[in-house]
Amino acid sequence: MNQEELDNRLSEIEARLIGVERTVDNRVFLRCESEQVYEVCRFLFDELSLRYVIASGVDAEDCFEVLHHFSDDASGCIVTVKAFIRDRESPEIESIAPLIPGAEWIEREIHDILGIQFRNHPNMRRLILGDDWPEGVYPLRKETKI
Amino acid sequence: MSEPVRKSVLAVGPFHPLQEEMEFFQLTVDGETVTDIDVRISYNHRGIEKLSETLQFDQVPFLVSRVCGICSASHPLAYVQAVEEIAGIQPPERALYVRTIINELERIHSHLLWVGLAGHFIGYDTVFMWAWKYREPVLDLLEEITGNRNNYGNVKVGGCREDVPDELKPKILRELDKLDKKTLMLTKAVLDDPVLHARLKGVGVLKKEDAVKFAVTGPTARGSGVDIDVRQDDPYAAYSDLDWAVISQPEGDVFAKAVVRLLETLEAVKIVRQAVNKLPKGPIAVEVKEIPAGEGCGHAEAPRGETFHYVRSDGGNRPVRHKIRAPSYVNVPSFKASCIGEQIADVTITLAAVDPCYSCTERIAVVDSHHKVIHDYDTLLRLSREKTARLRNEIGTPEMKLEDF
Repeated sequence: MNQEELDNRLSEIEARLIGVERTVDNRVFLRCESEQVYEVCRFLFDELSLRYVIASGVDAEDCFEVLHHFSDDASGCIVTVKAFIRDRESPEIESIAPLIPGAEWIEREIHDILGIQFRNHPNMRRLILGDDWPEGVYPLRKETKI
Repeated sequence: MSEPVRKSVLAVGPFHPLQEEMEFFQLTVDGETVTDIDVRISYNHRGIEKLSETLQFDQVPFLVSRVCGICSASHPLAYVQAVEEIAGIQPPERALYVRTIINELERIHSHLLWVGLAGHFIGYDTVFMWAWKYREPVLDLLEEITGNRNNYGNVKVGGCREDVPDELKPKILRELDKLDKKTLMLTKAVLDDPVLHARLKGVGVLKKEDAVKFAVTGPTARGSGVDIDVRQDDPYAAYSDLDWAVISQPEGDVFAKAVVRLLETLEAVKIVRQAVNKLPKGPIAVEVKEIPAGEGCGHAEAPRGETFHYVRSDGGNRPVRHKIRAPSYVNVPSFKASCIGEQIADVTITLAAVDPCYSCTERIAVVDSHHKVIHDYDTLLRLSREKTARLRNEIGTPEMKLEDF
């Protein structure tokens, strides 16, 4: 796929999004609510055959964001699914690890450091934090100071 | 009531006996066959992403070059590319070439390091000694250019900190010629060696569909027929100006990964030679004022695969979020696909085949602080020979000689 074909295919998923941002030509951010994340990622991975890169969990003060980065290696475009989790008290989002095993570790890591629950994750044990780390302390949240 | 399930678990780690790093592989075994693998990591987590939020944009490259001693050019490069994307900065052309030279020298020394270690892991120490000997001059070149054998600290937002001096160009080209011959010899020796074929072919196969599912990158992906390479797919630095090829092999076994790395070393030599010859004149950095609010994704092809950095700025002088993904983070979970069904004896080299990384900063020099004597390479060689001669005199020559057999 070249960039134009990719853009056309991406427009098929627009109904599930709340907006599309583009910083430079080959960097696309698909903004969506957390409920849509599985379907949007499934479309990118299964139907467009994009390569899964990684996820970034962000503490954005008023909400949490989970950013799933995908790469279209034919055009060099990075497509990021930016999912907003509005509930800061008990943040939760659907896991994409059943679909993409490569996402298993990073979802465990985000769970450890930001305290976001991933529904239907196959193996939600700790990855980064030690067994003796206290429950409910999430080191990457902004309120945790170093 | 059903019988409880009993299974044997073989623990490799947490201090890995061969790779000398903190990682814990729990192999569930049935006799000699591995039936499941569980990996535990993060015995040495350093919280670099959180630390990065406390540093200014221009300090972060020094932090991320310490993510890994070996990939200390790729991590800062991926980071500065993300920041340059946010601020819309275009570094001068000479800086792009200098970045290419440093990153390819890094690839050469990293791949030779792996070839040596892989040889060591399977008990073939001759390969280890060859490969590490050939690696030395590359580290020396990096030291001459950047001041450091590792942790170069050379790249910055807007360009580079140190230039490749024009007077060093003949020396680099000379060393590359030598290295080319030696690596070619090493590659042929590996490809022609029936013992290595028998030991590594068909071992630890990662199928193409598993490579995609586990999202692996770099030589691990290219050894399984997935021909992705950031240098080609999303060209950065000066790669699109130069003539080189992406190496991939379809087999997916340990041998294929070794072939990919060896041939890539030869390609890297080719890239550095062209970049040195075509090095444009001009400045190596542009002035950078403020980093505006925004977000950027930077990635670079490190020796082990794609290094990915996501940076978010709120317009202040520090990143508000900086996500780092090193290639081993996605390559290591693929053991779930490549180790199950293998023999225990084959798992060691399969685990090593993705080249999980550790740093090496040793150098050949003995410092006697009382007498202020510093031995160079030639002196050490002479001393070592003298000692062998002395031992031979003391013990006498061995009674049996090779010729007797």
